[in-house]
Amino acid sequence: MRFHYVGQAGLELLTSGDPPTSASQSAGITGAGKPPMFGDYEAQRHWQEITFNLPVKQWYFNSSDNNLQYWGLDYPPLTAYHSLLCAYMAKFINPDWIALHTSRGYESQAHKLFMRSTVLIADLLIYIPAVVLYCCCLKEISTKKKIANALCILLYPGLILIDYGHFQYNSVSLGFALWGILGVSCDWDLLGSLAFCLAVNYKQMELYHSLPFFCFLLGKCFKKGLKGKGFVLLVKLACTVVASFILCWLPFFTEREQTLQVLRRLFPVDRGLFEDKVANIWCSFNVLLKIKDILPRHIQLIMRPVCLILSDIPFMSTWFLLVSTFSMLPLLLKDELLMPSVVTTMAFFIACVTSFTIFEKTSEEELQLKSFSISVRKYLPCFTFLSRIIQYLFLISVITMVLLTLMTVTLNPPQKLPDLFSVLVCFVSCLNFLFFLVYFNIIIMWDSKNRRNQKKIS
Amino acid sequence: MAALTIAVGTGNWFSALALGVTLLKCLLIPTYHSTDFEVHRNWLAITHSLPISQWYYEATSEWTLDYPPFFAWFEYILSHVAKYFDQEMLNVHNLNYSSSRTLLFQRFSVIFTDILFVYAVHECCKCIGGKKVGKELTEKPKFILSVLLLWNFGLLIVDHIHFQYNGFLFGLMLLSIARLFQKRHIEGAFLFAVLLHFKHIYLYVAPAYGVYLLRSYCFTANKPDGSIRWNSFSSVRVISLGLVVFLVSALSLGPFLALNQLPQVFSRLFPFKRGLCHAYWAPNFWALYNALDKVLSVIGLKLKFLDPNKIPKASMTSGLVQQFQHTVLPSVTPLATLICTLIAILPSIFCLWFKPQGPRGFLRCLILCALSSFMFGWHVHEKAILLAILPMSLLSVGKAGDASVFLILTTTGHYSLFPLLFTAPELPIKILLMLLFTIYSISSLKTLFRKEKPLFNWVETFYLLGLGPLEVGCEFVFPLTSWKLKYPFIPLLLTSVYCAVGITYAWFKLYVSVLIDPPVDKTKKQ
Repeated sequence: MRFHYVGQAGLELLTSGDPPTSASQSAGITGAGKPPMFGDYEAQRHWQEITFNLPVKQWYFNSSDNNLQYWGLDYPPLTAYHSLLCAYMAKFINPDWIALHTSRGYESQAHKLFMRSTVLIADLLIYIPAVVLYCCCLKEISTKKKIANALCILLYPGLILIDYGHFQYNSVSLGFALWGILGVSCDWDLLGSLAFCLAVNYKQMELYHSLPFFCFLLGKCFKKGLKGKGFVLLVKLACTVVASFILCWLPFFTEREQTLQVLRRLFPVDRGLFEDKVANIWCSFNVLLKIKDILPRHIQLIMRPVCLILSDIPFMSTWFLLVSTFSMLPLLLKDELLMPSVVTTMAFFIACVTSFTIFEKTSEEELQLKSFSISVRKYLPCFTFLSRIIQYLFLISVITMVLLTLMTVTLNPPQKLPDLFSVLVCFVSCLNFLFFLVYFNIIIMWDSKNRRNQKKIS
Repeated sequence: MAALTIAVGTGNWFSALALGVTLLKCLLIPTYHSTDFEVHRNWLAITHSLPISQWYYEATSEWTLDYPPFFAWFEYILSHVAKYFDQEMLNVHNLNYSSSRTLLFQRFSVIFTDILFVYAVHECCKCIGGKKVGKELTEKPKFILSVLLLWNFGLLIVDHIHFQYNGFLFGLMLLSIARLFQKRHIEGAFLFAVLLHFKHIYLYVAPAYGVYLLRSYCFTANKPDGSIRWNSFSSVRVISLGLVVFLVSALSLGPFLALNQLPQVFSRLFPFKRGLCHAYWAPNFWALYNALDKVLSVIGLKLKFLDPNKIPKASMTSGLVQQFQHTVLPSVTPLATLICTLIAILPSIFCLWFKPQGPRGFLRCLILCALSSFMFGWHVHEKAILLAILPMSLLSVGKAGDASVFLILTTTGHYSLFPLLFTAPELPIKILLMLLFTIYSISSLKTLFRKEKPLFNWVETFYLLGLGPLEVGCEFVFPLTSWKLKYPFIPLLLTSVYCAVGITYAWFKLYVSVLIDPPVDKTKKQ
């Protein structure tokens, strides 16, 4: 008799449809079956254990019950609250999953299903609605293109693989950040800044994106005039930010030592911020959000909604997103996610190619490089082959990535240089990222010049 | 890679769909697989290691070879590729051997052989006409049909999770149907004959082929009123058809005839010692019959009409495949099911003979044969519903009435496949994929036929919506109750009976539409 063995969990009932996420979850998880430290999956489970069993005051402190060396909490309080919420659900289903001390290294199919469902629920509640709403707000695009846009963004392999394969909750903070961006670009400044504060309080890496947010909102206040409405707005924003921070950190503000300890865990000066290549995804979203190239006068350009890039410059965005996924290759191989990586990358590529017909959009105008090449042609009249160069670069880049992938998978590195392939992958990705950095800088600088010229003319 | 980029870059939607579903299949490689995985590994081992004379006698494993010889040869060819993956899987004594390389090989072999299915879908799309509702690609009947076939939920989970080789077999069937649509009758007949010798379950639809070919191919012309013109009988055509079938059968069964093993082969192919119903009742007429029997027996016990001592202990739902007796209603024998099936098929066959409507009429008859055999057959597997669902997709993009029947049949049929995947990690996958497919099929067909009357009346809508609570109840609520230990078979019983209602209704509606439809006017083009 086939009984229905089901790991009960608060499962989704209706979804917007995302086969790759649910299908890639049956692949490996990070650190599966690898004592004594296991991986990020165990870290998340451990945080549920800690937050549920210990009082708030002990969450960030080293104690006999809470050994900070074994996956100590090092994200801001909102992550801790989220873990607590998940722990309550876990307690309802099977208390063994979060029993203090005894649940270390717990691995079972039902538990895996539960943990993956928590990621999926977070996705559904926060990230996916933000993406869908964003695509709906795009102007001058047909419904079909909006849907295609949303699909391509959601199919981005990097996020799927890290969240569902490696196991993290990046979609929560990214979702909040996206809500923030949506809010400020639709003139709901208070809600936008609240959402962004939540994002920062979920993962401190969102601080990368805080500077443009701050600058943009400040610029808005200045525009409205510091003497009148602008000042009021500034005060309102400040209050919102302060209030949201206080709300999140309330239990830790009671003692100075508490606050300091949390800060010490969040910003460990002795560790690097780019540890273990997981931070690559933050690098990727960094450049995606054009953060590194902030020039104060061009804030408006920078704060264009993030994924507008995909429908505006589909060719470069697709290329960039492919490189960002490739840069995580060593990590994904460690987690035995080769097949899902290859499959989701190909799916993403095919989706972008069919939705946006990117190979036809490589002219200078499509790449927004027209003003740049016009300026260059003033000095070098023969500079007409820019798009051709870029196409070749794309081909070289893709071929290199494919070759490196094949080499990493099939060949063994020489004994003297065991990390050879990882380093090569990093190096190639870095080269690509530098190229994109230059490209985005060019766009910004020449686009603003263009605008000023247009203003002069009109 | 370059060809891929070109094909995809030119916006060729068919390739994109095919590639997309192939990528999804790759993601499904590490999922749960059933004992069918071991079955096929065993057959690889048998065909590789033993001489032909032993193939149908080998019984080291309980999963003996019970498909016709062409499938055995297919496994033989596969085994020669398998030896480069893992030599150990080809050892007959390595029962339940499933190394990661074995898994990879087997899964990839299914994905690879699906190429035939993709080709068949491509050919079918060329054949169907369909009205042009709008200029949008996604509203063209060809596009909808491609998605309904390539991304068919039932085929995906049966082939790529549960593990079977139905993809290329259905490819053969769809290809033979396409060839009949294209008036290449000999090819169609040949393909079907080959298919029969791959998997004999397609005997269910053989009457449709036989009658159609006889009526519409061997009689080359009709009288003006559509009835048969006896003097247009072409013996050349009959002989060529017969020759094709004979040659294929000779190729398949010839070696075993020479070895005098035919009785053994047939006993393997048609094991009637199994019970009326599979461990999980396929949602057919007998499921309703069994349920009624159970209900009556319970009522009878309560009202003291029945003597508790006379009731057999073995329960229908105990999960063992065995023979058992009904308590209140008369017991059913294989002969009875055969007679019921024949009676059920006869009206559609008569329609095909007396009111031939070309390939479309043939397709309807085929679907009715498949459905009727599903409804009344002996020891029917729930997977057999796919035999009706896939050809029905071809009809669904033609007429609104067919679309409505198709949607009911498909949704209930697919839902009835849920108990095949009972493991925890597959739960989100099956729910998600099912929802995707159902929502897409309903919305796209509704858009296609938006100018006609609505596809469902309120009864049908409620019935389909009722599947949601049923799933929630069976999968989530039931295991938390105390009934789980006392009556563990209730979810399966409920699923089976609920789906049986839907499938019976769809069968009935389709039959009515075939019988009532007026014969097509001779001046109209097919």
